[in-house]
Amino acid sequence: MSEIAIGVLALQGDFEEHIQMLARLGVATREVRKPEELRGLDGLIIPGGESTSMGLVAECWGLVEPLRAWVHAGRPAWGTCAGLILLADRAVGQKRGGQPLIGGLDVTVNRNYFGRQTDSFETMLSAPALGAEPIPAVFIRAPAIVELGADVEPLASLVGKTGEPIYVAVRQGAILATAFHPELTDDDRWHRYFLSMVGEVGD
Amino acid sequence: MSKSNSNGVQEQTGVVTGAFTVKAGLAQMLKGGVIMDVVTPEQARIAEEAGACAVMALERVPADIRKDGGVARMSDPEMIKSIMEAVTIPVMAKVRIGHFVEAQILEAIGVDYIDESEVLTPADEEHHINKHKFAVPFVCGCRNLGEALRRIAEGAAMIRTKGEAGTGNVVEAVRHARAVNGAIRHLTTMDEDELFAYAKEIRAPYELVKQTAALGRMPVVNFAAGGVATPADAALMMQLGVDGVFVGSGIFKSGNPARRAKAIVQAVTHYNDPQILAEISENLGEAMVGINIDTLAENERLASRGW
Repeated sequence: MSEIAIGVLALQGDFEEHIQMLARLGVATREVRKPEELRGLDGLIIPGGESTSMGLVAECWGLVEPLRAWVHAGRPAWGTCAGLILLADRAVGQKRGGQPLIGGLDVTVNRNYFGRQTDSFETMLSAPALGAEPIPAVFIRAPAIVELGADVEPLASLVGKTGEPIYVAVRQGAILATAFHPELTDDDRWHRYFLSMVGEVGD
Repeated sequence: MSKSNSNGVQEQTGVVTGAFTVKAGLAQMLKGGVIMDVVTPEQARIAEEAGACAVMALERVPADIRKDGGVARMSDPEMIKSIMEAVTIPVMAKVRIGHFVEAQILEAIGVDYIDESEVLTPADEEHHINKHKFAVPFVCGCRNLGEALRRIAEGAAMIRTKGEAGTGNVVEAVRHARAVNGAIRHLTTMDEDELFAYAKEIRAPYELVKQTAALGRMPVVNFAAGGVATPADAALMMQLGVDGVFVGSGIFKSGNPARRAKAIVQAVTHYNDPQILAEISENLGEAMVGINIDTLAENERLASRGW
């Protein structure tokens, strides 16, 4: 795994936490703020933060189109929380006037599904794709996926407000999306899972 | 028959709210961003459109609190709620130092973060709020590492420099950021015996001093605040090692708030890129009129409030 390089979108949010996690796994990383910084990367992580801030800063320096091109070319991308919102094809609960999205992931995401900060929570999730052992998950003003497209594979779910299933981790081809923050825990299984996806595409 | 939690998730085993991880975690999501003081829903919308990662809802910005004098208190909850309805980004609000009932009120209306702030008139001259008792996270100001770690010991999940609010003068924020980061660099060179003595000297809990030394940084997110008025000021603070920036009076007391707000957001992302900083610093209109700190009487200095 030593030869691959992962970009982390560094416009706003907790990109440093992802970089530290990847460094512990011995993976080279690069902070991405401008379009030319995407060159030569094998995978891209869009971190947690405020999706509106990231979208507006990306728009200002012509980064939205190159990011769309990246995702639509089937190159590996992983969005955590705000990153999930940016990767979704459809988002409800956006700011007035909407917000720039990258898209590519055929889901409907409900922004701040779980409510405000006092509703933020931690729990243990079952995610069979990562092994039998439950995995810690930190949800901060988190979104939830309320509708899945046909090609989207659910990796972890919770029970929603009216008993309906809501999805908090999904995969569609080379896109991984999690509503929670693996980068805020000591468990590196999601990062290793994404690296294995990057490896599959590279082969 | 299933009960619902306040967060809407049906009660399932092992869901924990209000723990330190999620309190400090929200601050981690704000990193690399700008938190703007706003006094109306319209200003909050301007801040959101400019790319602010959160807003601070208050009745008067620090420059006006300074001008008007009198006792400055928590803002009207109705006004804070109207701002919470106007935007999707997190909303913070201020309480007086030590005024835990103002904090209970803000928690009840559901603000995302509470600033126990020296900008308001202190309610208790000996005790800060016991912030562990709350599910809502707190940010507190500091002038140095000892003060920061005392606040963290009381439960603060985020720290900011005090700077000197409402002056448009960045000099105090620079002093406080340098004091904190200089002390952390010093800490990382100490052996255990020295750490005990140093903890006593700066009146901070030994465990937090040890943790800071091991991490080589503040154990929670640390923003700059108090006097940031230009994109260059914001980038200066970022290069000095803070995680993000609060802008108070600097935006809505300037000639073109929307433009200046956008420029400061860009400056915090691209703080290490002088070409971009030059571009975004052009044609911003009047900056807020500043105040020189040495013309302030000792009792006009807000940073000396808090202990």
